[in-house]
Amino acid sequence: MGIELKHLLDVDTLSKEDIFFILDTAESFKEITSRDIKKVPTLRGKTVINLFFESSTRTRTSFEIAGKRLSADTINISATSSSVTKGETLLDTLRNLEAMNPDVIVLRHPASGAAHFLAKHAACAVINAGDGQHAHPTQALLDLMTIRERRKGGPAGLKLTIAGDITRSRVARSNIKLLNKVGIDVSVCAPASMIPAGIETMKVRVFHNMKDALSGADIVMMLRIQKERAGKSLFPTLREYSRYFSLNKETIKYAKKDVIVMHPGPMNRGVEISSQIADGELSVILPQVANGLALRMALLYLLAGGAKQ
Amino acid sequence: MKETVILDAKSIQRVISRMAHEILEYNKGVDELVLIGITQGANILCERLHDSIKKIEGVSLPTGIIDVTLYRDDINSGNSQKTVHKTDIDFSLEGRNVILIDDVLFTGRTIRAAMDAIMDFGRPRTIQLAVLIDRGHRELPIRADYVGRNLPTARDEKVVLDMRDTSDDKVMIISEIKSKGK
Repeated sequence: MGIELKHLLDVDTLSKEDIFFILDTAESFKEITSRDIKKVPTLRGKTVINLFFESSTRTRTSFEIAGKRLSADTINISATSSSVTKGETLLDTLRNLEAMNPDVIVLRHPASGAAHFLAKHAACAVINAGDGQHAHPTQALLDLMTIRERRKGGPAGLKLTIAGDITRSRVARSNIKLLNKVGIDVSVCAPASMIPAGIETMKVRVFHNMKDALSGADIVMMLRIQKERAGKSLFPTLREYSRYFSLNKETIKYAKKDVIVMHPGPMNRGVEISSQIADGELSVILPQVANGLALRMALLYLLAGGAKQ
Repeated sequence: MKETVILDAKSIQRVISRMAHEILEYNKGVDELVLIGITQGANILCERLHDSIKKIEGVSLPTGIIDVTLYRDDINSGNSQKTVHKTDIDFSLEGRNVILIDDVLFTGRTIRAAMDAIMDFGRPRTIQLAVLIDRGHRELPIRADYVGRNLPTARDEKVVLDMRDTSDDKVMIISEIKSKGK
């Protein structure tokens, strides 16, 4: 029972037992949000710094509210409003923040490996809230939490398809690793230009059309297509992408009837997913956000509590 | 290790039935009465009290489960965090008479945490404490209103309730036998 966790940098080091322990804890935290007084005194006197070098609505708000509902003092630092614009290095930023003795730093950074770098030098706990194309562990955990909530028989043996720009997606990378660990059968679907070389080594099946990719799928996870990439080397036009790779009332028919539709957000309606599907009965996009809050509360509790070594 | 059975299934049944009568007598019935058990130790005890009151009054009282881990005063000691279990109170506590139920009353710290937690759900008219075993060694000014059995213990002894199976319920004291060499 229990878990020895100093940082959460990626999902690689988590065992199956760790994963289910974190999810069980998160499920217990869900109820707090439904109370009149949505606050518990658990992390009184602890400080959580949200250090965000990339824009984010969901993840940053989620971590901020999670900290506040646990009574921690949370502060947000974004790249544009910090000394980074004046040329301060990440290490110097860390040293200065640490001089103020925080308990947890939540980092989002455009460079892959930034969270590992920070953890190597930090005395406090570090949570990776997305680093470059590398990992987004809290997203993968909240996705699994949402799946588990809706498939009471357990995740093992379920078929899941991730569709979108796999190469540039840290959400895809973390999910593939995490979901494989609990026995979910993962496929990816995208134009060849968006599939990274060597992905087969991650135990996934690769498809280039939605019909085959979605055949028999229990869950489909759509990824955002970055509009600014259209017309360059990845794909010719948004319209063409949408025609072949979007989830809409036609393509969803290839999947199982009760397929779960997921999206980590932000969505591009009409590009990778149609509004009808995103807002439809099969969509769990908003429950994903609600679970994200409970999951981040659980992680802050597990990482910020306990005696300091 | 020495195990001594303090209460067997029959005695536990009688004790719970007596506590149910006391609760009803003191509160003059079941008006505004709710039961809240502290998880996980008191889950079963809470059910038994509920059933016992139902037998006597014919009324099924609102019953909830509260986890007090997040309110404990020892969160910052120990290396790994205590498991958080689900709290489930799906009724209002505003103006209610809350019977707070725990299996063993020891230092009183759990009860302090539970009272803080309950206050976050509303402002009950009263909180009354019902415990199956009061083993002494209080560290806070807390006492129980309904006690199944007062049980003087040594600090290093353990009191264990096994109530998974009604016909084989028991309460035991487990004490280490000190080796004579020391």
